[in-house]
Amino acid sequence: MDVLGYIISKYNYWGFVLLMMVGMYAMIVKNNLMKKILGMNILQTAIILFFVSTSAKTKATLPILEHGHGDHAIHAVDYINPLPHVLMLTAIVVSVATLGVALALALKVYKEYGTLEEDEIFEAQKKKLNPEMQEGEVNS
Amino acid sequence: MKKFAVILGLMIWGGLLIYIADDFPGWGDPQAPASVNLSPYYIEQSIPDTDVPNVVTSILADYRGFDTMFETAVIFTAGLACLFLLRSYSTKEPDVYLYRHTATGVILRIEKGGTIPVGSADFERIDATWVPHDLIIKTTCRLILPFVFIFALYVIAHGHHSPGGGFQGGVILGAATIIFAISYNLRTATRNITERFAAFFSAAGVLLYASTGVLCMFFGGNFLDYGALAPLFGTTIAGARSLGILIVEIGVGMSVMAVMSSIYYNISSNGRLNEGL
Repeated sequence: MDVLGYIISKYNYWGFVLLMMVGMYAMIVKNNLMKKILGMNILQTAIILFFVSTSAKTKATLPILEHGHGDHAIHAVDYINPLPHVLMLTAIVVSVATLGVALALALKVYKEYGTLEEDEIFEAQKKKLNPEMQEGEVNS
Repeated sequence: MKKFAVILGLMIWGGLLIYIADDFPGWGDPQAPASVNLSPYYIEQSIPDTDVPNVVTSILADYRGFDTMFETAVIFTAGLACLFLLRSYSTKEPDVYLYRHTATGVILRIEKGGTIPVGSADFERIDATWVPHDLIIKTTCRLILPFVFIFALYVIAHGHHSPGGGFQGGVILGAATIIFAISYNLRTATRNITERFAAFFSAAGVLLYASTGVLCMFFGGNFLDYGALAPLFGTTIAGARSLGILIVEIGVGMSVMAVMSSIYYNISSNGRLNEGL
C-alpha cells in the first residue's frame, strides 16, 4: 500500500495541520475571549509540534554527547538536530508570557464591561459612544 | 453564516498545507534539509568550543546567546505588562476585620480602631476567600516544597549534562511558589516571597545576563563571547565558555521564576494582592 506508507511517513504534518486548523477556528469563530485565548495556545502548540518533529532522525539519540570528554569521534547522524529544540524551548516560554498578558487583558475587559462575550462587549462600546441611541437601534 | 465561511476558508488553507506537505521530508529523514546545513557543526563542535555535552544548552546560551538574552527580556516585559495592567494600589479598608483563633476556633470581630493581630501565629484572618484549614493539603505541600525547590536548583545547575537549564528550572521554581500560594493563601505567599522580591529578581536576572556580556567586552572579547573571560576564571577558553553559560542560566532562572510568581499574584488577586486564591 503506497498511499498508506505515504500517510504514515508524514504523520507529523497531519497532526500539525489538524491542530493549527482547530486553533485558527477557535480564534476566529468563538465568541468568548477565554476560548479565543485557548485557541491561540493550541495554535502555538501546533507550530511547536511542527518544529520539533522536523528535528527527528531515525536511529539517532537525543543531543547529549556521550560522556563529554571521551576520545570517540562524534558523528552528526547519531544525534537528532538540536536547533529546533532550542528555538521551541524559547517559544514555549514566550507562549507562557503571552498567555499571562492575554489573561491580564481579559481580566481588564471583564472589569470594564462585566462580560467576556465579544458581541456584548461591542454593543456596550456602541452604547458608550452614542449614549442617546435607543435599545432597538443597536443593530442598524 | 460567518461560521461556514470560516470553515470553508480553513478547509482550503488546510488542504493547501496538506498539498505542500508532499515537498517536506518524511518523518525521521536523516537527510532532511533542516538537519544537514548548520546543526552538524553544533553537534561536532560543542565539546571543543564550549565543553558542554548537552548541545541544546550550548546553542541556547552560547551560539544563540543574543536570542536567549532578548527572550529573557520578553519574559521580563510580560511581567511588567501584567503589573501595569492589573496592579492597583488603592486599598479599600473594610469596616470590620474577622480573625479566627486557630486553637479554639473562636472568631473575633474587630471594628475600626481595634487592635489587629497582624503577624500573630495564633490568629488567621478570615475574608471572602477564606477556606477551612486543610491539614492534608497544607502538610503535604509543606513537606514537598523544599524538595521541589532543591530539584529546581538542580535542574538549573545540571543543564550542562542533562536536559535542563535556566528556563526549565525557573519554571519549576515559579510553580513551587504557585503551589505554596494555592495551598496556603495569597497573603502568606506574598509575606514570604514578596512582590518587591519578585520585581527585584526579574530585573536582576536580565541584568546579570547582560552584564556578563558587557564583562566579556571589558576583557577584550565580543558581547557575550564568554571565551574572553578565561583569564578571570583561570581556565581554558572552552572551560570559560562553560562557566559563562552557567552564570547566564542562573540569570534566566531568576528572571523566569520571579515573573511567573508576579504574573500569578496579579492575575489571581485582580491586582490587589490582598485577597486571592
